[in-house]
Amino acid sequence: MNQNLLIAKVENKPGVLNRVASLFRRRNFNIESLNVGHSETPDVSRMTIAMDASQVDVKLVEANLYKLVNVIDVQDVSNHPNITRDLALIKVTANAEQRAEIANLVQLFRAKVVDVAAGSVIVEVTGTLDKVEALINLLRPMGVKEIVRTGQIAMLRGDGIGTRHTPGANGNKQSNNKEEERK
Amino acid sequence: MKKKGAQIFWECMVREGVEVVFGYPGGAIMPIHDAMLEFPVHHVLVRHEQGAAHMADGYARTSGKVGVAMATSGPGATNLVTGIGTAMMDSSPIVCVTGQVASEFIGGDAFQEMDVTGITLPITKHNFLITRADEIADVVREAFYIAKSGRPGPVLIDICKDAQVTETDFEYPEELSLPGYTPPVQAPTADLQRAAELIEAAERPVILAGHGVLMSDAMDELRFFAEKTQTPVAMTLLGLGGFPASHTLSLGMMGMHGEFYCNNAIQNADLLLAFGMRFDDRVTGKLDTYAPNAKKVHVEIDPSEVHKNVAVDVPLVGDLKTVLGELNTMIEPGDREEWIEEIAKWRIDTVKHDILSWPNDGQLYSTSVINHIWEETKGDRIVTTDVGQHQMWTAQYYQFERPHRLVTSGGAGTMGFGLPSAIGAWFAHPDKEIWTVVGDGGFQMTQAELATAMQEGANVKIAVINNHFLGMVRQWQEFFFEKRYVATPLHNPDFVKLAQAYDVPARRVTEPDEVLPAIEFAQKTPGPVLLDFWVEKEEIVYPMVPSGAALHDMLRRPEKPKTPLAE
Ligand SMILES: Cc1ncc(C[n+]2csc(CCOP(=O)(O)OP(=O)(O)O)c2C)c(N)n1
Repeated sequence: MNQNLLIAKVENKPGVLNRVASLFRRRNFNIESLNVGHSETPDVSRMTIAMDASQVDVKLVEANLYKLVNVIDVQDVSNHPNITRDLALIKVTANAEQRAEIANLVQLFRAKVVDVAAGSVIVEVTGTLDKVEALINLLRPMGVKEIVRTGQIAMLRGDGIGTRHTPGANGNKQSNNKEEERK
Repeated sequence: MKKKGAQIFWECMVREGVEVVFGYPGGAIMPIHDAMLEFPVHHVLVRHEQGAAHMADGYARTSGKVGVAMATSGPGATNLVTGIGTAMMDSSPIVCVTGQVASEFIGGDAFQEMDVTGITLPITKHNFLITRADEIADVVREAFYIAKSGRPGPVLIDICKDAQVTETDFEYPEELSLPGYTPPVQAPTADLQRAAELIEAAERPVILAGHGVLMSDAMDELRFFAEKTQTPVAMTLLGLGGFPASHTLSLGMMGMHGEFYCNNAIQNADLLLAFGMRFDDRVTGKLDTYAPNAKKVHVEIDPSEVHKNVAVDVPLVGDLKTVLGELNTMIEPGDREEWIEEIAKWRIDTVKHDILSWPNDGQLYSTSVINHIWEETKGDRIVTTDVGQHQMWTAQYYQFERPHRLVTSGGAGTMGFGLPSAIGAWFAHPDKEIWTVVGDGGFQMTQAELATAMQEGANVKIAVINNHFLGMVRQWQEFFFEKRYVATPLHNPDFVKLAQAYDVPARRVTEPDEVLPAIEFAQKTPGPVLLDFWVEKEEIVYPMVPSGAALHDMLRRPEKPKTPLAE
């Protein structure tokens, strides 16, 4: 899947997540995952939004995000050197002998077994989307009982900044212009 | 100094320049109403909260200020919803204030509790829930700023009852803290240059002037631009008045019921200059056949409108007045005589021509009634409309020379908008006579505001274009549903008696020769007046682009005049 990844910095105020979610629903923007959490700045939350590039126009998403008063900055990091991570907990059916097989797989993926119960184990895996999906696919035949995932988070390498497609948004920034990068 | 939340609220409202609010009381907003007495603000008691929102909207569109509507929690707030949505679709700056149950009860389904910020989230530019008195001052400032700046729009403030009565230290906030909100102003010079080059090279340019021209106060810049480059100007419904109707370069209204020659000019253009308009489906017709040979320049304050419906060659995101001001220093005088002459040849069956060719058969035609209102009021009144055929005829026949004269629900097409928006407009211009042209259907949706008009002595002249049908829907039934008139015939009350019951002077008009005396009667009688025009029942708004058709593919009046009309 060709993916678009947006990083949005938003004011940390009640209801902001709802505003973003409502916007996506209303404009019919289908997203793959949305992760939100604290950022380095106390009053600012950081969102990572993953979208299927063939389904959504990332420029339109970005421009619409700026319509929300609480959205401070949006960058498209899809085609920039970045680190992306997804974390999954996977509960797999496992009796005593299957456990060994799972342990092997888990090792190959540098994942971990974090819980062992009578009939199942929980596997924790962190990595890129592809890696997480690959492990899930290998575990499926053994009987996956539950999966929970954080959705992707992303950070650019070094001092890189992402693409800003929306000149004029939130104060006349020009696309990809380093000088005008906001704090 | 310590003050109660409700006092702080009014203190801040007064500092925002609020002189009048349109509202309706109820439990959750009583402390705010109560505190009002100490402040120089007039409260207009509406008869339904929808009316309050439309009045605030009409006030905003004609005053250049922010209109304010107030309601209580729960049903009071939800009654505002249609008015808020209407203001949202037309980018009208209003602030709606709603009471909310005390903060400790939120989420517990208390009496008249509803999630009003949730309900209005997608139809406001922004909204706030205030749970503490010390938030009020900041929020009121931010609300007014957000409503008015950038692309304007409605902002809602939901205030918990305890926040209204709690005492807190009051200090007026000098600074706004909106890190995510800086509206664009200026477009990049390189892009302006590209636009200037396209303009220079164009042989068949057309300006598409929208509501943005009025909202950014760019009338002078538009006129300078059009005259210097000799570019004809087509207007959207909400752009009417942004360029004088009588100007030789004016093409009038574009779109579904625009003039044929105007739409045809757009379709044949080699450059479209979209100034503060958003390529709504009502003005483009079928998208893949829209102005196929035209390059497009789009000046627009809202980046999310760029490329939304129509991909453009040069987007200029910024404030129209500023951008056009810049562009005006870069453009060269142009000569487009050939193009202008070509368009003139298409001016054969104009809507004006239509009414001149009406048979003199003693029938009362809506179009000539509205044309008479235009003539008798010298084309210089604020005119609000409801939604339907009469709205399109008003747009066609009332020739607007100046901005902020036509007040109409464009994006939402909200029936019931006409009367309350006229009352709101009157509060912006209490020395003027305001007209509202309404259909017999839509009028009944908010006719209770007759009481408000009477109670306030609003100088509002109501012209009911009474065709005993939900006319616009009937027209579609005639064209597209083989005249199956389901749910469109109206058995109306006697509007004259109805008005009289409200102490509003009224007259019925059934004959053509009664039209002028009736208009005169309305103008001479102080305060609200209702005229009930019993018009021909099955008139049609021509010309018309059927939905899904190309913009130039219009249904035209069957009996066509032979010669171009000298205008
Ligand atoms: C609130 C609302 N409900 C329904 C409609 C759909 N609608 C559009 S025009 C129209 C008919 C309006 O009839 P009337 O008010 O008599 O005006 P006319 O078209 O006859 O001039 C209707 C029902 C609407 N625009 N708004």
